[in-house]
Amino acid sequence: MRALVIDDSTAVRTILKRILTDVGFDVVEASQGREALQRLKQSEKVDLALVDWNMPEMNGYEFIVEVRSNHSYDHIRLMMVTTETEIAQVAKALEAGANEYIMKPFTKDMILEKLSLLGMPVRN
Amino acid sequence: MPLNPKDFNLIRQLVNKRSAIVLDNGKEALVESRLSILARKEGIDTIAELLNRLRSCTASRLHDKVVEVMTTNETLFFRDIYPFDVLCSIIIPELLEKRKTENRLHIWSAGCSSGQEPYSIAMLLKEHFAHHTNWSFRINACDISKEMVARAREGRYSQFEINRGLPAPLLVKYFHQKGVDWQLREDIRRMVEYDDINLAAPQWPMMPSMDIIFMRNVLIYFDIETKKQILHKVRRLLRPDGYLFLGTAETTLNLDDSFDRKQYEKAWCYRPLIQPG
Repeated sequence: MRALVIDDSTAVRTILKRILTDVGFDVVEASQGREALQRLKQSEKVDLALVDWNMPEMNGYEFIVEVRSNHSYDHIRLMMVTTETEIAQVAKALEAGANEYIMKPFTKDMILEKLSLLGMPVRN
Repeated sequence: MPLNPKDFNLIRQLVNKRSAIVLDNGKEALVESRLSILARKEGIDTIAELLNRLRSCTASRLHDKVVEVMTTNETLFFRDIYPFDVLCSIIIPELLEKRKTENRLHIWSAGCSSGQEPYSIAMLLKEHFAHHTNWSFRINACDISKEMVARAREGRYSQFEINRGLPAPLLVKYFHQKGVDWQLREDIRRMVEYDDINLAAPQWPMMPSMDIIFMRNVLIYFDIETKKQILHKVRRLLRPDGYLFLGTAETTLNLDDSFDRKQYEKAWCYRPLIQPG
């Protein structure tokens, strides 16, 4: 399984990468949406993307809209991991095609519980 | 610093006497951490002062609070997801067929803490079985802690709590924001009836016979004799064709031979054995 972690904070990317690597994912990283779209074109099949909302150039919401407009990416499970905590923002992300939503700060357990909801096998 | 053996024993005996819950050796640091939180909440400067107050009499509101804080356990929405999956795909559809002359299902969430488990069941029923409009789905839930029962009734959760196990589409559909917290819609809250019940008490309050019982991660806190007594009462409360869910580390094996362990997809549950004759 391959995951794409998209966040402009190196520290957050490092934490998420460690969590996902520990449970068996190969992880590729991007610091904003445009770069993430490039990674999707270059990388082998990506199964999961963890996406921040507020990033320069292309934000996480715009990234999700772009991904969902391309049917060759329909299999990718999209989870927003963001400081946006308004219910309207959660609804907006889901309507755009996000499958899950986590509000920062997060813990490893939260990430794993959400992966379980998405039916993604995790290695203990 | 973990508690010294004398102080730990004081708490251990108090908790065991009031709730039958066993605090094993090795739990000193956990007990100390919970006493520390309670002391802060109660405006008591040190744990030593809190222990002095406990020793000064045999029963007080503080004694009750100590028992409550020691019996409060972790919970989350849709914990271990598989029991909820089989509830939805197998068990409730089967019971809807079997009970079609009664049009009623009773589900009990025992040891419900702050309510995430019974509300997960309520949301599941609303999502998948709301079209059974002439049916009565009743969820009872209980916890030993009055404070937890009050919190559960309110159905109000922190951001940390709603981040744990709750599918985002259900958050949007069934919750509204209340300051920095999130509260469940009233129609979901009304589906659950709460009581404070000590499961180790000799008698439980009158309850209807249950079709499904969730008693997960509860038995692990009791000694063997208390586990047997609880399972005996569960067996009497559960209908002969009902379903019992225990925690993943729990079993009826060597405790009560009137249950049969069965696997449904990725979930294990316990069914009453048909008694011969």
